[in-house]
Amino acid sequence: MSRRPWYREYLKGLWEENPIFRMLLGMCPTLAVTTSAVNGLSMGLATTFVLTSTSLVVSIIRKLVPSQVRIATFTMIIATFVTVADLFLKAKFPAISKALGPYVPLIVVNCFILGRQEVFASKNPTGRSILDALGVGSGFIFALTLLGSIRELLGSGEVFGHEVIPSWHPWVVMILPAGAFLTLGFLVAAMNIIEERTR
Amino acid sequence: MSVSARMMIVLTVVGAFSGLSLVYMDKYAEPYIALHKKEAIREAIGKVLPDVAGAEEVHRDEIVIYRALDSSGGLVGYAFLAEGPGYQGTIQLMVGVAPDLRRLTGMEVLESVETPGLGAKITESSFKEQFRGLEVVPAVGYVKAGRKPAPNEITAITGATISSTSVVRIVNEGLKEVRRVIDFRAAEPVPLKEGGTN
Repeated sequence: MSRRPWYREYLKGLWEENPIFRMLLGMCPTLAVTTSAVNGLSMGLATTFVLTSTSLVVSIIRKLVPSQVRIATFTMIIATFVTVADLFLKAKFPAISKALGPYVPLIVVNCFILGRQEVFASKNPTGRSILDALGVGSGFIFALTLLGSIRELLGSGEVFGHEVIPSWHPWVVMILPAGAFLTLGFLVAAMNIIEERTR
Repeated sequence: MSVSARMMIVLTVVGAFSGLSLVYMDKYAEPYIALHKKEAIREAIGKVLPDVAGAEEVHRDEIVIYRALDSSGGLVGYAFLAEGPGYQGTIQLMVGVAPDLRRLTGMEVLESVETPGLGAKITESSFKEQFRGLEVVPAVGYVKAGRKPAPNEITAITGATISSTSVVRIVNEGLKEVRRVIDFRAAEPVPLKEGGTN
């Protein structure tokens, strides 16, 4: 398909096809779990694991799957890796698993994971598919960690649990759902401005 | 090969692989998850009762009570799990109570999904510490912030009265159950049917 240099497959996910800031996909976990930087980072890592593993399997079997059942097949593969990630977090990182709650099993309905299979992994060779998945995953990690850091900073004066602004008077609203919408809105606006200026 | 045959084969093979890997993953994770659960309970018992060396799990009328013992085997109190609806989801508490069932020795929040910054303060020590030494006869009550609480009352969190009173209600309901199965007026605790040790 595309004949771009291989590194472009990775880099495009970070900026021009960033799932959160450019494509506005996967908003539900983005808004819900980014109450702190560590939650955002863990959610991003779990999602990237699911996305990359799924892209790997889908790109390997892409020529065998009849198009009529491709969505069912992709969903089954995604659900398998999500359950693996969920059980792994529960077994090894119970505190993080508790903080993320139902949002780990809900990765299964994250639309950009199925989206990457449809538009990329089912049509491209394995190497490029993995790079594409890692790129989009890194873009997601970047967005969630940034969002979580800003909300944690303004909501409690800390980032990753470390005090950044001493004797900060917490803006409780930043940790509440409204804070997620506000932060995301400002960030998307900022990304749009940067995009316009650099074009 | 016809398309429908290919569809069936692909879905069957993918489904079988997925099932197999999940069985394997579950086998790997299950003992860890059980261990974390047990640890969380043991840790909570240690927090709500002083000088706990060990705890016996006691089952009676479908109620689980932990009989906490110190290092010489003396009874330091009882701990029990209690849960009920909070402002948003279910609140699960571990409550420690003295052997005479007249005052609490501590309270820990195991699970809650209260509003961050408001109701979630029930998990902070400033709120939980109020339960240490709190009298529970006739029942636990609460006052709003600014008023002086009686020995059996706690001060509710400002802006989170519902979360605070939910905790009070869950504690009272749990105590009622515990009182029903343990005869606290007896000088010696009534021998209980033991369902296993922890």
